Amino acid sequence: MSVSAHPTPQPGTEEYHPVFVGKTLEQLGEILTRYPTKQAALLPALWLVQEARGWISDRNMAEVAEVLGLTPAYVKGVVTFYTMYHQHPVGKHFVQVCTTSPCNVCGAEAVVKALLDATGAKELGATSPDGKWTVIEVECLGACGFATPVLVDDDFVESVSAEKVPDLVKRYK
Amino acid sequence: MGYPHKPHPKETVVLSKHFGEADARTHKGWVKRGGYESLAQALTMEPARVIDIVKESGLRGRGGAGFPTGLKWSFMPKEKKKPHYLCVNADESEPGTFKDREIMRWTPHALLEGAAIAAHAIQAEVVYIYIRGEFTEPWAVMEKALAEATAAGVFGVIKLYLHRGAGAYICGEETALMNSIEGKRGNPRIKPPFPAAAGVFGMPTTINNVETLAAVPLILKKGAAWYKGLSLSSPKSTGTKLFSVCGHVQKPGNYEVTMGFPLKDLLYDLCGGMPPGRTLKACIPGGSSVPILNREETEGCLLDYEGVVEKGSMLGSGGVIVFDDSTDMVYQIMRLARFYAHESCAQCTQCREGTAWTTKILERILSGQGKTADLDLLLDLADNMTGKTICVLSDSCAAPVVSGIKKFKKEFEDYIAGRRKPVMVA
Repeated sequence: MSVSAHPTPQPGTEEYHPVFVGKTLEQLGEILTRYPTKQAALLPALWLVQEARGWISDRNMAEVAEVLGLTPAYVKGVVTFYTMYHQHPVGKHFVQVCTTSPCNVCGAEAVVKALLDATGAKELGATSPDGKWTVIEVECLGACGFATPVLVDDDFVESVSAEKVPDLVKRYK
Repeated sequence: MGYPHKPHPKETVVLSKHFGEADARTHKGWVKRGGYESLAQALTMEPARVIDIVKESGLRGRGGAGFPTGLKWSFMPKEKKKPHYLCVNADESEPGTFKDREIMRWTPHALLEGAAIAAHAIQAEVVYIYIRGEFTEPWAVMEKALAEATAAGVFGVIKLYLHRGAGAYICGEETALMNSIEGKRGNPRIKPPFPAAAGVFGMPTTINNVETLAAVPLILKKGAAWYKGLSLSSPKSTGTKLFSVCGHVQKPGNYEVTMGFPLKDLLYDLCGGMPPGRTLKACIPGGSSVPILNREETEGCLLDYEGVVEKGSMLGSGGVIVFDDSTDMVYQIMRLARFYAHESCAQCTQCREGTAWTTKILERILSGQGKTADLDLLLDLADNMTGKTICVLSDSCAAPVVSGIKKFKKEFEDYIAGRRKPVMVA
Protein backbone atom coordinates (compact mmCIF):
# COMPACT_ATOMS: atom_id res chain seq x y z
CA MET A 1 0.00 0.00 0.00
CA SER A 2 1.38 3.41 -0.96
CA VAL A 3 1.47 6.16 1.60
CA SER A 4 3.69 8.48 -0.39
CA ALA A 5 0.69 10.28 -1.86
CA HIS A 6 -0.03 12.02 1.43
CA PRO A 7 1.28 15.54 1.79
CA THR A 8 2.49 16.10 5.34
CA PRO A 9 2.21 19.69 6.56
CA GLN A 10 5.55 21.18 7.58
CA PRO A 11 5.86 21.11 11.35
CA GLY A 12 6.15 24.40 13.15
CA THR A 13 5.07 26.55 10.22
CA GLU A 14 1.53 27.13 11.36
CA GLU A 15 -0.12 28.16 14.59
CA TYR A 16 -1.42 25.22 16.63
CA HIS A 17 -5.01 25.21 17.77
CA PRO A 18 -5.50 22.84 20.69
CA VAL A 19 -8.18 20.15 20.39
CA PHE A 20 -8.99 19.94 24.07
CA VAL A 21 -10.87 23.15 24.68
CA GLY A 22 -14.54 23.85 25.33
CA LYS A 23 -16.87 20.93 24.69
CA THR A 24 -14.12 18.48 23.75
CA LEU A 25 -12.33 19.22 27.02
CA GLU A 26 -15.57 18.59 28.87
CA GLN A 27 -16.02 15.27 27.04
CA LEU A 28 -12.52 14.24 28.05
CA GLY A 29 -13.25 15.22 31.64
CA GLU A 30 -16.27 12.91 31.64
CA ILE A 31 -14.24 10.08 30.08
CA LEU A 32 -11.59 10.41 32.79
CA THR A 33 -14.20 9.63 35.47
CA ARG A 34 -14.63 6.13 34.00
CA TYR A 35 -11.14 4.86 34.71
CA PRO A 36 -8.82 4.69 37.72
CA THR A 37 -5.89 6.02 35.65
CA LYS A 38 -5.48 8.96 33.28
CA GLN A 39 -3.63 6.77 30.80
CA ALA A 40 -6.75 4.65 30.25
CA ALA A 41 -8.40 7.64 28.59
CA LEU A 42 -5.81 7.53 25.81
CA LEU A 43 -7.79 5.57 23.19
CA PRO A 44 -10.96 7.63 23.76
CA ALA A 45 -8.89 10.85 23.69
CA LEU A 46 -7.36 9.87 20.37
CA TRP A 47 -10.84 9.21 18.98
CA LEU A 48 -11.85 12.72 20.04
CA VAL A 49 -8.84 14.15 18.19
CA GLN A 50 -9.64 12.18 15.05
CA GLU A 51 -13.29 13.25 15.16
CA ALA A 52 -12.28 16.88 15.49
CA ARG A 53 -9.40 16.99 13.02
CA GLY A 54 -9.90 14.03 10.69
CA TRP A 55 -6.46 12.64 11.50
CA ILE A 56 -3.88 12.70 14.29
CA SER A 57 -0.74 14.77 13.73
CA ASP A 58 2.46 14.62 15.78
CA ARG A 59 1.47 17.95 17.31
CA ASN A 60 -1.92 16.48 18.29
CA MET A 61 -0.12 13.54 19.88
CA ALA A 62 2.00 15.95 21.90
CA GLU A 63 -1.13 17.69 23.11
CA VAL A 64 -2.76 14.40 24.12
CA ALA A 65 0.44 13.45 25.93
CA GLU A 66 0.43 16.70 27.85
CA VAL A 67 -3.23 16.44 28.80
CA LEU A 68 -2.90 12.84 30.04
CA GLY A 69 0.54 13.11 31.63
CA LEU A 70 2.25 10.82 29.10
CA THR A 71 5.20 11.33 26.77
CA PRO A 72 4.67 12.12 23.07
CA ALA A 73 6.75 9.04 22.20
CA TYR A 74 4.46 6.82 24.25
CA VAL A 75 1.37 8.27 22.59
CA LYS A 76 2.89 7.74 19.15
CA GLY A 77 3.67 4.15 20.07
CA VAL A 78 -0.02 3.59 20.79
CA VAL A 79 -1.28 5.50 17.74
CA THR A 80 0.91 3.44 15.41
CA PHE A 81 -0.30 0.17 16.94
CA TYR A 82 -3.97 0.71 16.08
CA THR A 83 -4.87 0.76 12.40
CA MET A 84 -7.93 2.99 12.67
CA TYR A 85 -6.03 6.10 13.75
CA HIS A 86 -4.98 8.12 10.71
CA GLN A 87 -1.44 9.39 10.88
CA HIS A 88 -1.87 11.52 7.79
CA PRO A 89 -4.77 13.40 6.19
CA VAL A 90 -7.26 11.24 4.32
CA GLY A 91 -10.02 11.99 1.84
CA LYS A 92 -13.34 13.50 2.92
CA HIS A 93 -14.77 9.99 2.76
CA PHE A 94 -12.69 7.15 4.10
CA VAL A 95 -13.65 3.76 2.71
CA GLN A 96 -12.65 0.44 4.27
CA VAL A 97 -13.34 -2.77 2.34
CA CYS A 98 -13.02 -6.22 3.88
CA THR A 99 -11.02 -8.62 1.72
CA THR A 100 -10.38 -11.46 4.18
CA SER A 101 -11.23 -15.02 3.04
CA PRO A 102 -14.99 -15.20 3.65
CA CYS A 103 -15.53 -11.94 1.72
CA ASN A 104 -12.74 -12.79 -0.69
CA VAL A 105 -14.57 -15.88 -1.94
CA CYS A 106 -17.69 -13.73 -2.40
CA GLY A 107 -15.99 -11.22 -4.70
CA ALA A 108 -14.43 -8.63 -2.38
CA GLU A 109 -11.47 -7.98 -4.65
CA ALA A 110 -13.84 -6.96 -7.45
CA VAL A 111 -15.54 -4.58 -5.01
CA VAL A 112 -12.18 -2.96 -4.22
CA LYS A 113 -11.40 -2.53 -7.89
CA ALA A 114 -14.83 -1.03 -8.57
CA LEU A 115 -14.39 1.39 -5.66
CA LEU A 116 -10.96 2.51 -6.81
CA ASP A 117 -12.44 3.22 -10.26
CA ALA A 118 -15.71 4.85 -9.17
CA THR A 119 -14.08 7.15 -6.61
CA GLY A 120 -11.10 8.10 -8.71
CA ALA A 121 -8.76 7.13 -5.87
CA LYS A 122 -7.11 4.67 -8.31
CA GLU A 123 -4.60 3.32 -5.80
CA LEU A 124 -5.14 1.73 -2.40
CA GLY A 125 -4.40 4.19 0.40
CA ALA A 126 -4.10 7.16 -1.93
CA THR A 127 -6.57 10.05 -2.00
CA SER A 128 -8.53 10.94 -5.12
CA PRO A 129 -7.41 14.17 -6.87
CA ASP A 130 -10.57 15.98 -5.73
CA GLY A 131 -9.67 15.13 -2.12
CA LYS A 132 -12.95 13.32 -1.62
CA TRP A 133 -12.00 9.68 -1.38
CA THR A 134 -9.49 7.36 0.21
CA VAL A 135 -10.03 3.60 -0.19
CA ILE A 136 -8.22 0.92 1.78
CA GLU A 137 -8.43 -2.84 2.10
CA VAL A 138 -8.94 -4.04 5.65
CA GLU A 139 -8.96 -7.37 7.39
CA CYS A 140 -12.22 -8.90 8.65
CA LEU A 141 -14.92 -6.35 9.48
CA GLY A 142 -16.95 -8.94 11.40
CA ALA A 143 -19.89 -9.11 9.02
CA CYS A 144 -18.87 -12.11 6.90
CA GLY A 145 -22.46 -13.23 6.30
CA PHE A 146 -23.11 -9.89 4.62
CA ALA A 147 -20.24 -10.05 2.16
CA THR A 148 -18.84 -7.69 1.15
CA PRO A 149 -19.14 -5.18 4.00
CA VAL A 150 -17.82 -1.69 3.29
CA LEU A 151 -17.34 0.99 5.92
CA VAL A 152 -17.80 4.47 4.44
CA ASP A 153 -16.78 6.84 7.22
CA ASP A 154 -19.07 5.63 10.05
CA ASP A 155 -21.67 4.06 7.75
CA PHE A 156 -21.47 0.29 7.76
CA VAL A 157 -22.81 -0.86 4.38
CA GLU A 158 -23.61 -4.58 4.01
CA SER A 159 -23.69 -6.91 1.01
CA VAL A 160 -21.87 -4.66 -1.46
CA SER A 161 -21.11 -6.16 -4.85
CA ALA A 162 -19.03 -4.62 -7.63
CA GLU A 163 -22.27 -3.81 -9.50
CA LYS A 164 -23.64 -1.85 -6.54
CA VAL A 165 -20.51 0.29 -6.14
CA PRO A 166 -21.38 3.17 -8.56
CA ASP A 167 -24.69 3.79 -6.77
CA LEU A 168 -23.01 3.62 -3.39
CA VAL A 169 -20.43 6.20 -4.41
CA LYS A 170 -23.12 8.48 -5.86
CA ARG A 171 -24.83 8.62 -2.47
CA TYR A 172 -21.86 10.47 -1.05
CA LYS A 173 -21.46 13.03 -3.79
CA MET B 1 -29.95 -12.37 3.19
CA GLY B 2 -28.86 -13.04 6.70
CA TYR B 3 -30.78 -11.50 9.57
CA PRO B 4 -33.49 -10.83 10.13
CA HIS B 5 -34.62 -14.08 8.57
CA LYS B 6 -37.57 -16.17 9.63
CA PRO B 7 -36.21 -18.91 11.91
CA HIS B 8 -35.93 -22.32 10.27
CA PRO B 9 -38.02 -25.02 12.03
CA LYS B 10 -34.81 -26.80 12.98
CA GLU B 11 -33.49 -23.73 14.80
CA THR B 12 -33.91 -23.36 18.56
CA VAL B 13 -34.35 -19.65 19.03
CA VAL B 14 -33.36 -18.59 22.50
CA LEU B 15 -30.76 -15.83 22.13
CA SER B 16 -32.03 -14.84 18.71
CA LYS B 17 -35.72 -14.90 19.62
CA HIS B 18 -36.03 -11.11 19.37
CA PHE B 19 -33.63 -10.52 16.49
CA GLY B 20 -35.25 -8.25 13.95
CA GLU B 21 -37.65 -6.62 16.45
CA ALA B 22 -36.66 -2.98 16.63
CA ASP B 23 -38.75 -2.48 19.75
CA ALA B 24 -36.66 -5.02 21.69
CA ARG B 25 -33.75 -2.57 21.52
CA THR B 26 -35.50 -0.13 23.83
CA HIS B 27 -35.54 -0.47 27.59
CA LYS B 28 -39.31 -0.38 27.60
CA GLY B 29 -39.53 -3.01 24.89
CA TRP B 30 -37.05 -5.25 26.68
CA VAL B 31 -38.93 -5.00 29.98
CA LYS B 32 -42.14 -5.86 28.11
CA ARG B 33 -40.40 -9.07 27.00
CA GLY B 34 -39.54 -9.97 30.58
CA GLY B 35 -36.14 -8.29 30.48
CA TYR B 36 -34.28 -7.23 33.62
CA GLU B 37 -36.35 -9.59 35.80
CA SER B 38 -33.37 -11.93 36.09
CA LEU B 39 -31.08 -9.09 37.08
CA ALA B 40 -33.48 -7.87 39.77
CA GLN B 41 -33.66 -11.43 41.08
CA ALA B 42 -29.88 -11.90 40.92
CA LEU B 43 -29.22 -8.72 42.88
CA THR B 44 -31.15 -10.21 45.81
CA MET B 45 -29.11 -13.43 45.69
CA GLU B 46 -25.75 -14.31 47.20
CA PRO B 47 -23.08 -14.01 44.48
CA ALA B 48 -21.98 -17.61 45.16
CA ARG B 49 -25.50 -18.85 44.44
CA VAL B 50 -25.53 -17.13 41.04
CA ILE B 51 -22.19 -18.75 40.22
CA ASP B 52 -23.54 -22.16 41.25
CA ILE B 53 -26.53 -21.87 38.92
CA VAL B 54 -24.32 -20.92 35.97
CA LYS B 55 -21.97 -23.80 36.84
CA GLU B 56 -24.89 -26.23 36.91
CA SER B 57 -26.14 -25.01 33.54
CA GLY B 58 -22.92 -26.16 31.87
CA LEU B 59 -22.56 -22.83 30.03
CA ARG B 60 -19.17 -22.56 28.37
CA GLY B 61 -17.42 -19.53 26.95
CA ARG B 62 -18.65 -18.70 23.46
CA GLY B 63 -15.65 -16.61 22.45
CA GLY B 64 -13.66 -19.60 21.27
CA ALA B 65 -11.96 -21.37 24.15
CA GLY B 66 -15.11 -22.97 25.59
CA PHE B 67 -14.01 -22.57 29.20
CA PRO B 68 -16.80 -23.28 31.74
CA THR B 69 -18.24 -19.86 32.64
CA GLY B 70 -19.30 -20.55 36.21
CA LEU B 71 -15.90 -22.03 36.99
CA LYS B 72 -14.20 -18.94 35.55
CA TRP B 73 -16.32 -16.70 37.78
CA SER B 74 -15.46 -18.83 40.81
CA PHE B 75 -11.74 -18.06 40.36
CA MET B 76 -12.35 -14.49 41.51
CA PRO B 77 -11.35 -13.80 45.14
CA LYS B 78 -14.26 -14.55 47.48
CA GLU B 79 -13.18 -11.90 49.90
CA LYS B 80 -13.01 -8.58 48.17
CA LYS B 81 -9.85 -6.72 49.10
CA LYS B 82 -9.35 -4.75 45.89
CA PRO B 83 -11.70 -3.43 43.21
CA HIS B 84 -13.03 -6.20 40.94
CA TYR B 85 -13.67 -5.68 37.25
CA LEU B 86 -15.67 -7.36 34.52
CA CYS B 87 -14.55 -6.93 30.92
CA VAL B 88 -16.91 -7.80 28.11
CA ASN B 89 -15.18 -8.95 24.96
CA ALA B 90 -17.10 -7.40 22.09
CA ASP B 91 -14.02 -7.15 19.89
CA GLU B 92 -15.45 -9.73 17.51
CA SER B 93 -12.86 -9.92 14.71
CA GLU B 94 -12.34 -13.61 14.02
CA PRO B 95 -12.86 -14.13 10.28
CA GLY B 96 -16.12 -15.99 9.79
CA THR B 97 -17.69 -14.79 13.03
CA PHE B 98 -20.44 -12.16 13.23
CA LYS B 99 -22.76 -13.32 16.00
CA ASP B 100 -21.87 -10.79 18.73
CA ARG B 101 -22.58 -8.02 16.26
CA GLU B 102 -26.13 -9.33 15.84
CA ILE B 103 -26.64 -9.67 19.59
CA MET B 104 -25.55 -6.07 20.13
CA ARG B 105 -27.59 -4.77 17.21
CA TRP B 106 -30.85 -6.48 18.13
CA THR B 107 -30.79 -7.38 21.82
CA PRO B 108 -28.37 -4.95 23.49
CA HIS B 109 -30.23 -5.27 26.77
CA ALA B 110 -29.64 -9.03 26.88
CA LEU B 111 -25.93 -8.30 26.94
CA LEU B 112 -26.24 -5.46 29.45
CA GLU B 113 -28.41 -7.57 31.74
CA GLY B 114 -26.09 -10.56 31.52
CA ALA B 115 -23.08 -8.35 32.17
CA ALA B 116 -24.67 -6.81 35.25
CA ILE B 117 -25.57 -10.28 36.58
CA ALA B 118 -22.00 -11.45 36.02
CA ALA B 119 -20.66 -8.31 37.72
CA HIS B 120 -22.83 -9.07 40.74
CA ALA B 121 -21.63 -12.69 40.79
CA ILE B 122 -17.96 -11.72 40.78
CA GLN B 123 -18.51 -8.66 43.00
CA ALA B 124 -17.38 -6.19 40.39
CA GLU B 125 -18.65 -2.64 40.45
CA VAL B 126 -17.28 -1.61 37.10
CA VAL B 127 -17.88 -3.26 33.72
CA TYR B 128 -16.00 -2.29 30.57
CA ILE B 129 -17.61 -3.37 27.33
CA TYR B 130 -14.83 -3.37 24.72
CA ILE B 131 -16.40 -2.97 21.27
CA ARG B 132 -14.23 -3.09 18.16
CA GLY B 133 -13.81 0.28 16.50
CA GLU B 134 -15.36 -0.75 13.19
CA PHE B 135 -18.68 -1.71 14.81
CA THR B 136 -20.22 1.73 14.44
CA GLU B 137 -23.83 0.54 14.34
CA PRO B 138 -23.64 -1.89 17.30
CA TRP B 139 -21.87 0.89 19.23
CA ALA B 140 -24.72 3.35 18.62
CA VAL B 141 -27.34 0.75 19.62
CA MET B 142 -25.42 -0.22 22.75
CA GLU B 143 -24.84 3.41 23.74
CA LYS B 144 -28.54 4.19 23.55
CA ALA B 145 -29.54 1.02 25.40
CA LEU B 146 -26.99 1.65 28.13
CA ALA B 147 -28.18 5.23 28.61
CA GLU B 148 -31.82 4.10 28.85
CA ALA B 149 -31.17 1.26 31.25
CA THR B 150 -28.88 3.38 33.42
CA ALA B 151 -31.51 6.14 33.59
CA ALA B 152 -34.05 3.50 34.66
CA GLY B 153 -31.73 2.57 37.52
CA VAL B 154 -31.67 -1.17 36.80
CA PHE B 155 -27.97 -1.69 37.50
CA GLY B 156 -27.89 -0.67 41.18
CA VAL B 157 -24.32 0.19 42.17
CA ILE B 158 -22.81 -1.46 39.08
CA LYS B 159 -21.39 0.95 36.52
CA LEU B 160 -21.09 -0.06 32.88
CA TYR B 161 -18.98 1.75 30.30
CA LEU B 162 -18.39 1.23 26.60
CA HIS B 163 -14.78 1.33 25.42
CA ARG B 164 -14.05 1.64 21.72
CA GLY B 165 -11.24 -0.33 20.11
CA ALA B 166 -9.28 1.13 17.22
CA GLY B 167 -8.59 -1.67 14.77
CA ALA B 168 -6.57 -4.55 16.18
CA TYR B 169 -7.68 -8.19 15.98
CA ILE B 170 -5.29 -9.08 18.78
CA CYS B 171 -7.31 -7.00 21.25
CA GLY B 172 -9.79 -9.88 21.29
CA GLU B 173 -7.13 -11.79 23.24
CA GLU B 174 -8.11 -11.25 26.86
CA THR B 175 -4.93 -9.72 28.24
CA ALA B 176 -4.34 -7.62 25.11
CA LEU B 177 -7.87 -6.30 25.58
CA MET B 178 -7.02 -5.33 29.15
CA ASN B 179 -3.86 -3.53 28.02
CA SER B 180 -5.92 -1.72 25.42
CA ILE B 181 -8.41 -0.53 28.05
CA GLU B 182 -5.45 0.71 30.10
CA GLY B 183 -4.39 2.91 27.18
CA LYS B 184 -1.55 0.69 26.00
CA ARG B 185 -0.58 -1.09 22.80
CA GLY B 186 -2.63 -4.28 22.55
CA ASN B 187 0.14 -6.70 23.40
CA PRO B 188 -0.95 -9.93 25.13
CA ARG B 189 0.56 -10.52 28.56
CA ILE B 190 2.40 -13.58 29.79
CA LYS B 191 0.19 -15.74 32.01
CA PRO B 192 0.28 -16.29 34.94
CA PRO B 193 -0.81 -14.11 36.57
CA PHE B 194 -4.26 -14.92 35.23
CA PRO B 195 -6.89 -12.16 35.05
CA ALA B 196 -8.74 -13.37 38.16
CA ALA B 197 -5.58 -12.56 40.15
CA ALA B 198 -4.30 -9.55 38.22
CA GLY B 199 -6.29 -8.36 35.23
CA VAL B 200 -7.20 -4.87 34.10
CA PHE B 201 -5.38 -2.21 36.16
CA GLY B 202 -3.71 -5.09 37.99
CA MET B 203 -6.97 -5.94 39.78
CA PRO B 204 -8.98 -9.18 39.87
CA THR B 205 -10.84 -9.32 36.57
CA THR B 206 -13.15 -11.65 34.70
CA ILE B 207 -13.56 -11.41 30.97
CA ASN B 208 -16.48 -12.93 29.07
CA ASN B 209 -17.69 -13.00 25.49
CA VAL B 210 -20.90 -11.22 24.43
CA GLU B 211 -22.80 -14.41 23.54
CA THR B 212 -21.85 -16.05 26.85
CA LEU B 213 -23.24 -13.16 28.87
CA ALA B 214 -26.36 -12.79 26.74
CA ALA B 215 -27.32 -16.37 27.72
CA VAL B 216 -27.04 -15.71 31.46
CA PRO B 217 -30.37 -13.90 32.10
CA LEU B 218 -32.30 -16.80 30.52
CA ILE B 219 -30.40 -19.38 32.53
CA LEU B 220 -31.36 -17.58 35.72
CA LYS B 221 -34.96 -17.22 34.63
CA LYS B 222 -35.59 -20.71 33.28
CA GLY B 223 -33.13 -22.64 35.40
CA ALA B 224 -29.90 -24.55 34.90
CA ALA B 225 -31.73 -27.79 34.11
CA TRP B 226 -33.62 -26.17 31.24
CA TYR B 227 -30.39 -24.94 29.66
CA LYS B 228 -28.66 -28.27 30.12
CA GLY B 229 -31.63 -30.04 28.59
CA LEU B 230 -31.23 -28.15 25.33
CA SER B 231 -28.21 -30.22 24.36
CA LEU B 232 -28.60 -32.86 21.67
CA SER B 233 -25.39 -34.65 22.41
CA SER B 234 -22.64 -34.50 24.89
CA PRO B 235 -23.39 -33.58 28.48
CA LYS B 236 -20.25 -31.42 28.28
CA SER B 237 -21.72 -29.10 25.65
CA THR B 238 -25.02 -27.58 26.74
CA GLY B 239 -27.47 -24.98 25.56
CA THR B 240 -27.84 -23.27 22.23
CA LYS B 241 -25.18 -21.62 20.12
CA LEU B 242 -25.28 -19.02 17.40
CA PHE B 243 -23.45 -20.19 14.29
CA SER B 244 -22.42 -17.56 11.80
CA VAL B 245 -22.34 -19.12 8.36
CA CYS B 246 -20.59 -17.36 5.50
CA GLY B 247 -18.83 -18.00 2.22
CA HIS B 248 -20.38 -20.25 -0.42
CA VAL B 249 -23.86 -20.93 0.90
CA GLN B 250 -27.14 -19.71 -0.52
CA LYS B 251 -28.39 -18.20 2.73
CA PRO B 252 -25.52 -16.96 4.87
CA GLY B 253 -26.35 -15.55 8.30
CA ASN B 254 -26.64 -16.41 11.97
CA TYR B 255 -28.45 -19.58 12.93
CA GLU B 256 -29.17 -20.67 16.48
CA VAL B 257 -29.19 -24.40 17.11
CA THR B 258 -28.71 -26.65 20.10
CA MET B 259 -25.29 -28.03 20.81
CA GLY B 260 -24.74 -31.29 18.97
CA PHE B 261 -26.60 -30.18 15.84
CA PRO B 262 -25.26 -31.79 12.64
CA LEU B 263 -23.08 -29.41 10.60
CA LYS B 264 -24.43 -31.03 7.45
CA ASP B 265 -28.01 -30.00 8.33
CA LEU B 266 -26.85 -26.48 9.14
CA LEU B 267 -25.25 -26.11 5.72
CA TYR B 268 -27.78 -27.91 3.52
CA ASP B 269 -31.11 -27.36 5.29
CA LEU B 270 -30.80 -24.07 7.13
CA CYS B 271 -28.41 -22.32 4.75
CA GLY B 272 -29.83 -23.80 1.57
CA GLY B 273 -26.64 -25.54 0.51
CA MET B 274 -24.07 -24.38 -2.01
CA PRO B 275 -24.88 -22.15 -4.98
CA PRO B 276 -26.58 -24.07 -7.84
CA GLY B 277 -24.30 -26.54 -9.60
CA ARG B 278 -21.58 -26.37 -6.98
CA THR B 279 -20.51 -28.89 -4.36
CA LEU B 280 -18.90 -28.57 -0.96
CA LYS B 281 -15.13 -28.67 -0.91
CA ALA B 282 -14.07 -27.57 2.56
CA CYS B 283 -15.31 -25.89 5.70
CA ILE B 284 -13.73 -24.05 8.59
CA PRO B 285 -16.15 -24.73 11.45
CA GLY B 286 -15.05 -22.36 14.23
CA GLY B 287 -13.59 -19.18 12.88
CA SER B 288 -10.41 -18.91 10.79
CA SER B 289 -8.13 -19.99 13.65
CA VAL B 290 -9.16 -23.65 13.58
CA PRO B 291 -8.11 -26.45 11.22
CA ILE B 292 -9.93 -26.83 7.90
CA LEU B 293 -12.27 -29.80 7.43
CA ASN B 294 -12.69 -31.55 4.10
CA ARG B 295 -16.08 -32.47 2.70
CA GLU B 296 -16.32 -35.87 4.33
CA GLU B 297 -15.30 -34.56 7.76
CA THR B 298 -17.72 -31.64 7.45
CA GLU B 299 -20.68 -33.81 6.54
CA GLY B 300 -20.07 -36.13 9.48
CA CYS B 301 -19.44 -33.42 12.05
CA LEU B 302 -21.62 -32.69 15.07
CA LEU B 303 -21.55 -29.11 16.31
CA ASP B 304 -20.46 -29.30 19.91
CA TYR B 305 -17.11 -28.83 21.59
CA GLU B 306 -16.28 -32.55 21.50
CA GLY B 307 -17.85 -33.39 18.15
CA VAL B 308 -15.73 -30.91 16.20
CA VAL B 309 -12.55 -31.99 18.00
CA GLU B 310 -13.34 -35.57 17.00
CA LYS B 311 -13.16 -34.49 13.34
CA GLY B 312 -9.83 -32.79 13.89
CA SER B 313 -10.89 -29.19 14.33
CA MET B 314 -12.45 -26.99 17.00
CA LEU B 315 -15.82 -25.35 17.65
CA GLY B 316 -14.07 -22.05 18.37
CA SER B 317 -16.36 -19.07 18.03
CA GLY B 318 -18.87 -20.85 15.78
CA GLY B 319 -17.90 -18.96 12.66
CA VAL B 320 -18.52 -21.41 9.82
CA ILE B 321 -16.70 -20.56 6.59
CA VAL B 322 -17.84 -22.61 3.60
CA PHE B 323 -15.81 -23.20 0.46
CA ASP B 324 -17.34 -24.82 -2.62
CA ASP B 325 -15.56 -26.66 -5.43
CA SER B 326 -14.74 -23.41 -7.24
CA THR B 327 -12.41 -22.33 -4.42
CA ASP B 328 -8.68 -22.00 -4.89
CA MET B 329 -7.65 -23.37 -1.49
CA VAL B 330 -4.04 -22.23 -1.85
CA TYR B 331 -5.14 -18.65 -2.48
CA GLN B 332 -7.60 -18.64 0.41
CA ILE B 333 -5.06 -20.14 2.80
CA MET B 334 -2.60 -17.43 1.71
CA ARG B 335 -5.32 -14.87 2.38
CA LEU B 336 -5.79 -16.23 5.90
CA ALA B 337 -2.04 -16.24 6.53
CA ARG B 338 -1.92 -12.62 5.34
CA PHE B 339 -4.64 -11.81 7.86
CA TYR B 340 -2.52 -13.17 10.71
CA ALA B 341 0.64 -11.49 9.42
CA HIS B 342 -1.25 -8.20 9.39
CA GLU B 343 -2.68 -8.72 12.85
CA SER B 344 0.40 -10.05 14.66
CA CYS B 345 1.29 -7.70 17.52
CA ALA B 346 4.95 -8.52 16.73
CA GLN B 347 6.03 -9.21 20.30
CA CYS B 348 7.12 -12.81 19.73
CA THR B 349 9.65 -13.64 17.02
CA GLN B 350 7.95 -16.91 16.03
CA CYS B 351 4.74 -15.03 15.27
CA ARG B 352 6.13 -11.79 13.83
CA GLU B 353 8.49 -13.60 11.45
CA GLY B 354 6.52 -16.82 11.07
CA THR B 355 3.26 -15.27 9.91
CA ALA B 356 5.12 -13.03 7.43
CA TRP B 357 7.29 -15.86 6.06
CA THR B 358 4.29 -18.16 5.73
CA THR B 359 2.48 -15.51 3.71
CA LYS B 360 5.50 -14.85 1.49
CA ILE B 361 6.05 -18.54 0.76
CA LEU B 362 2.38 -19.00 -0.12
CA GLU B 363 2.51 -15.94 -2.38
CA ARG B 364 5.61 -17.40 -4.02
CA ILE B 365 3.76 -20.66 -4.71
CA LEU B 366 0.78 -18.75 -6.12
CA SER B 367 3.07 -16.77 -8.42
CA GLY B 368 4.46 -19.95 -9.94
CA GLN B 369 7.85 -19.61 -8.25
CA GLY B 370 7.26 -22.29 -5.61
CA LYS B 371 9.76 -25.05 -4.97
CA THR B 372 9.08 -28.66 -4.05
CA ALA B 373 10.71 -28.10 -0.67
CA ASP B 374 8.31 -25.23 0.14
CA LEU B 375 5.62 -27.48 1.54
CA ASP B 376 8.00 -29.03 4.05
CA LEU B 377 9.31 -25.56 4.81
CA LEU B 378 5.76 -24.35 5.55
CA LEU B 379 5.14 -27.31 7.84
CA ASP B 380 8.45 -26.77 9.62
CA LEU B 381 7.61 -23.10 10.11
CA ALA B 382 4.16 -24.02 11.39
CA ASP B 383 5.73 -26.36 13.91
CA ASN B 384 7.87 -23.51 15.20
CA MET B 385 4.82 -21.27 15.41
CA THR B 386 2.72 -23.65 17.49
CA GLY B 387 2.75 -23.56 21.29
CA LYS B 388 5.80 -21.33 21.48
CA THR B 389 4.43 -17.82 21.89
CA ILE B 390 2.71 -15.64 24.49
CA CYS B 391 -0.72 -15.97 22.88
CA VAL B 392 -2.19 -18.27 20.23
CA LEU B 393 -2.22 -15.93 17.23
CA SER B 394 0.69 -17.70 15.58
CA ASP B 395 -0.85 -21.11 16.32
CA SER B 396 -3.98 -19.81 14.62
CA CYS B 397 -2.00 -18.96 11.49
CA ALA B 398 -0.43 -22.41 11.47
CA ALA B 399 -3.76 -24.27 11.81
CA PRO B 400 -5.20 -23.57 8.34
CA VAL B 401 -1.78 -23.98 6.73
CA VAL B 402 -1.05 -27.39 8.21
CA SER B 403 -4.58 -28.74 7.68
CA GLY B 404 -4.71 -27.18 4.23
CA ILE B 405 -1.49 -28.83 3.07
CA LYS B 406 -2.57 -32.14 4.54
CA LYS B 407 -6.01 -32.16 2.95
CA PHE B 408 -5.50 -30.23 -0.29
CA LYS B 409 -1.89 -31.07 -1.09
CA LYS B 410 -2.52 -31.60 -4.77
CA GLU B 411 -3.61 -28.00 -5.23
CA PHE B 412 -0.30 -26.79 -3.81
CA GLU B 413 1.64 -29.29 -5.92
CA ASP B 414 -0.18 -28.19 -9.08
CA TYR B 415 1.07 -24.63 -8.61
CA ILE B 416 4.59 -25.80 -7.82
CA ALA B 417 4.77 -28.19 -10.79
CA GLY B 418 3.41 -25.55 -13.16
CA ARG B 419 0.21 -27.50 -13.86
CA ARG B 420 -1.80 -24.56 -12.68
CA LYS B 421 -1.57 -21.02 -14.01
CA PRO B 422 -0.08 -18.57 -11.50
CA VAL B 423 -2.64 -16.17 -10.02
CA MET B 424 -0.20 -13.74 -8.44
CA VAL B 425 2.69 -11.74 -9.80
CA ALA B 426 6.08 -12.55 -8.32
